Amino acid sequence: MGTLIVNQNMINPELAEKLVKVCPFGAISYDEGKLTISSACKMCKLCVRNGEGAVEYVVEDTVEIDKSLWEGICVYADCQGGNIHRVTYELCGKARELASVTAHPVYVLLIGHNIGECAEKLLHYGVDKVFVYDDEAYKNFRIEPYTAAFYDFIDKVRPSSILVGATDLGRQLAPRVAARCKAGLTADCTVLEMKDNTDLVQIRPAFGGNIMAQIISPNTRPQFCTARYKVFTEPKPTDEPSGKIVNMSLSADKLTSKIEVLETREKPKDIDIAEADVIVAIGRGAQSEAMRAQAAELADLLGGVVACTRPLAEANIFDAKRQIGLSGRTVKPKFIICIGISGAVQFAAGMKSSDCIVAINTDKNAPIFDVAHYCVVGDATEIVPALIAKIKEARA
Amino acid sequence: MKILVCIKQVPGSNNVEVDPVTGVLKRSGIQSKMNPYDLYGIETALSLTEKYGGSVECITMGPPQSKSVIVEAVCMGAEKGTVLSDRKFAGADVLATAYTISQGIRKCGDFDIIICGKQTTDGDTAQVGAEVAEYLDIPNVSNVLSVDEVADGKVTVTASLDNKTVKMSVELPCLISMENDINTPRLPSYKVKQNIKDDAVKFLSFADFDDQNSYHYGLSGSATQVERIFPPEKNTEKYAVMGTSEEQAGKLCDLVCKLKMI
Repeated sequence: MGTLIVNQNMINPELAEKLVKVCPFGAISYDEGKLTISSACKMCKLCVRNGEGAVEYVVEDTVEIDKSLWEGICVYADCQGGNIHRVTYELCGKARELASVTAHPVYVLLIGHNIGECAEKLLHYGVDKVFVYDDEAYKNFRIEPYTAAFYDFIDKVRPSSILVGATDLGRQLAPRVAARCKAGLTADCTVLEMKDNTDLVQIRPAFGGNIMAQIISPNTRPQFCTARYKVFTEPKPTDEPSGKIVNMSLSADKLTSKIEVLETREKPKDIDIAEADVIVAIGRGAQSEAMRAQAAELADLLGGVVACTRPLAEANIFDAKRQIGLSGRTVKPKFIICIGISGAVQFAAGMKSSDCIVAINTDKNAPIFDVAHYCVVGDATEIVPALIAKIKEARA
Repeated sequence: MKILVCIKQVPGSNNVEVDPVTGVLKRSGIQSKMNPYDLYGIETALSLTEKYGGSVECITMGPPQSKSVIVEAVCMGAEKGTVLSDRKFAGADVLATAYTISQGIRKCGDFDIIICGKQTTDGDTAQVGAEVAEYLDIPNVSNVLSVDEVADGKVTVTASLDNKTVKMSVELPCLISMENDINTPRLPSYKVKQNIKDDAVKFLSFADFDDQNSYHYGLSGSATQVERIFPPEKNTEKYAVMGTSEEQAGKLCDLVCKLKMI
């Protein structure tokens, strides 16, 4: 970790002008022969690269931690009301992959009440140990007891990496625990890799998904990340269980909470586009009533659901629950057909791991074709009705 | 009742590209705005004080020009606000950002409720609120849909928790992060803007904080490090479906048959 130092004696007006321009955050200013960097600086170090030595990055002394004291890849099992969220299994599969690089064990942390069966189930996903905190205090999710249990587990087991599903629950628990550990946390990772030195390589879309950022926590442990449902692939459960269950407990004084749950209600069952195997997605280029009707018919024929892009959800043409993308849902269907969608990276980030992607667009330069497997440059108002007719024919 | 709303200035658009050759960020223009998700938090705070009395303050962290989001919040009805700004805060990740904000909040006084938006449109992590609550050692609830009642040192909120909605009573002080689209944020008043007082916006820097260890802030206080940035990869396996519309439809039909979808 370090700081930027400006060597004022090496600054000349020409170089200063260049540096003011090179800073993407407008943090550099040049006044009366002095170059200053303001608090708008994001430490991207472009000024160092382009500063011909006038701006230096000075590394401060840091004490290196002993990474060998931290072993294991842990998955936090999202278990609410006795149901394990499927993202947990996906993360178990990913954890096994990551663990094979460093020959680490795979752990699962399970917190809840009366969750013995859930623990047994997890033994079918190639894990070495399932650590279980089972107490009435965990019946409803309340941040303090869950954080206490999570922290206790980390303190005793010292896992190197921790993967948490980006559910509503995971998204509030992971940061709370990470802050208690003074550890790094990367949200919504789309790619995870393991280095030989046990650093977890976390890749996520940044700046609204227009670029990808590769992030590591080089000198803190454990390394926390969250990943959304349907980003990784769920492994097939094994017939025979493997690994063992370790029961953990906390003293009652650590299980207090300033939160009292008064009432819990199931949300009405909505169409969940994240669960669909087939999706017909439409964007601004196909928002006419006629195209929407055809999209619905096509989805029906293929046994799928209709989804949309952000502009259509914002215009209230579709419910926000049908929106794909960074600000909507992440989907990973077996088949997705994108009609009249230009393919902003925010959209693509929410669907590009789909197995088979078809895109129909009149603009051959539309970015959607960068992620599509089957690129159809053409007029959807002609192609879709023709496709519907042919599918009906093929079925008959 | 004293309420503090955490807000942030974000780029006006997310059209950021990386030059594939130089790896340099290309930012189009420098326009910025209030993080739209924070508006729901401000509205929640203002309607609470209308009902129960009290005051609304706001806090932000960023470059000096992020003063403008404080001004906007004041024009909406907040009493005043604080900008946490210092070069020492530069390059902060979630951990260092949350720590800096928690230090700043301690300097602003005691609050009954701290309100955050769901997430920001530039960072998209939705993690800072919960970490701030941890540093302040107060309970927190995310995805709050409504604040139902404040009474007897407790607040009753209804929050979304995956496939459920949960109504709970939380002891004050606490931190809540609001869901989106839960209310209609009021518009800033032009009249207030004309008469805004100088002391409505306060600046705090590293020197004002209790914790004077600079290793806890900015890049030095960050656990995560961005190793590299790169443009999203493009799909290599690609087939162009050519021909007339009729022929293209035929080929797509063959594809869905091959995938055993009909």
